[in-house]
Amino acid sequence: MMEKKSKTSSAEGQALIKKLKRQIVSVAVSAGEGHIASAFSVLDMIFVLYDRVLCYDCANPCNENRDRFILSKGHASLALYAVLAEKGFFPYNELERFSKFDGILGGHPDCNKVPGIEASTGSLGHGMPMAVGMALGLRIRNTKRRIYVMVGDGECNEGSIWESALLAAHHRLENLTCIVDYNHSGDRALLLGDLAKKFAAFGWNASTVDGHDHEEFHRAVLQTTPDRPTVIVAETIKGAGCKLMENNPAWHHRIPDQEELQKILEELT
Amino acid sequence: MALDERVVVLLGDISVFGFRNAFQQYPKRIYNIGICEQAMTSLSAGLAREGLIPIIHSIAPFLVERAMEQLKIDLCYQRLKVNVVSVGGSYDYAALGSTHHCPADVALLRTLPGMDIVIPGTPEEFDRLFRVAYANKRPTYFRLSERRNPLGYEVKFGCAEVIRRGNLATIIAVGSTLAAVMEAVSGLDVTVLYYTTVAPFDGDTLAENCQSDKIVLVEPYYSGVLNADILSALRHSKVLIKNIGVPHRFLTNYGRAEQHDEVIGLTPQNIRMLVKEVIHA
Repeated sequence: MMEKKSKTSSAEGQALIKKLKRQIVSVAVSAGEGHIASAFSVLDMIFVLYDRVLCYDCANPCNENRDRFILSKGHASLALYAVLAEKGFFPYNELERFSKFDGILGGHPDCNKVPGIEASTGSLGHGMPMAVGMALGLRIRNTKRRIYVMVGDGECNEGSIWESALLAAHHRLENLTCIVDYNHSGDRALLLGDLAKKFAAFGWNASTVDGHDHEEFHRAVLQTTPDRPTVIVAETIKGAGCKLMENNPAWHHRIPDQEELQKILEELT
Repeated sequence: MALDERVVVLLGDISVFGFRNAFQQYPKRIYNIGICEQAMTSLSAGLAREGLIPIIHSIAPFLVERAMEQLKIDLCYQRLKVNVVSVGGSYDYAALGSTHHCPADVALLRTLPGMDIVIPGTPEEFDRLFRVAYANKRPTYFRLSERRNPLGYEVKFGCAEVIRRGNLATIIAVGSTLAAVMEAVSGLDVTVLYYTTVAPFDGDTLAENCQSDKIVLVEPYYSGVLNADILSALRHSKVLIKNIGVPHRFLTNYGRAEQHDEVIGLTPQNIRMLVKEVIHA
């Protein structure tokens, strides 16, 4: 069955986010692998999408009439895996096999292995143009569903992101929503400034929101415009909810030791 | 496009005039994407993911070398069927210089698991091979050339054609090199195999037609790409292989393609000399 908007209340949502974050940290620690801080940056938004916005059928993940979500910044995979497990795409014990030799859940998601994964991403700048192709494909086939794609601000250094931005606007892909996880981790390399203005200049329907505020993000996702693709520039904190990691580049791809793990789990309770 | 409504054509801002009728007839299924090969390639993967059969088209260096990682991940790793159709491989556009040459395409694509490579020698052969392969499940590279053989064959996808049989050596001609090879072997007692599909490589036909264990491999791109496939097909024998193809250096001259043929030895005279060397080795 296609389900839509099994909307969780705000308080329940916050509690669930904490639970998912605890899962993510535990899974990463036991695997000795994972981009925890990036996962925490995007988790609120991915949760809201799967909880309130997307149409999908976890029993039949390829249902033609689903909305599609692509995590172009594939290294935040743990957040997506945790949400997909929570929503029933695969059993929780798959999560415990994260990055194991014969597991289906790798450091970057694989669409030929994982139910609910729409594109194999990892190398940055691929998921976004694929999403443009899928949006165009839906239009050619007259399928009235939506494509959502999430990119990072670091990823926005890639030329293919801006090629995609030009193409989506030119072809008036109103069925495409891009979410930029603007956690400013790319600032140390390239300052991107006002990303919403940049996308608006390319012809997109653009807004800026707090990517950790479920209500504000949800409202923004619903604000689409005819004839234009939509971009939501989401201000986020890398490592959100975990003081040790917040905006600390050292934690981009670091696994906590036992002492740190205890601290983190306490903070997330 | 008329026969299969899943087909969608994406042009990298070339051949647009040539497709003018298609733009009129199928406005929803042909796009001039512009000069952005990376996005065009990933975009085609997105179309394939939605059940369409994309054809992407540009000049070989931009289609293959510019968008190599997109071909690797978005097409091959994800196993999405896209038809990648290039023109101007090697030095077809000789006068435009090395930026527009692409003798490396076949060597590069040979490294991508799952990519089929088709090199027709005439437009009719392309038509025949494309109709067979365009809707199969594997990403496929069609290497089109401005240069063609005078004679076409009823080639089959994935199969080498035995053009003639002899005893003293086996000559492998790939794509548009067949014309020069046929001229070169006139009067010599040799086998000629004609390859229009190089990946997957038809090792069986070679194994059945190489009793001499002496081979001259004539390739229109960087020389020697098929050596490993040949050795693998004939792994139980000691084989002698001589290569003629594009040498591994930038061709910094301009002029016409035929002038480059002369300089690098892709000529009937030179091929004949090598064949004789191999026969007497």
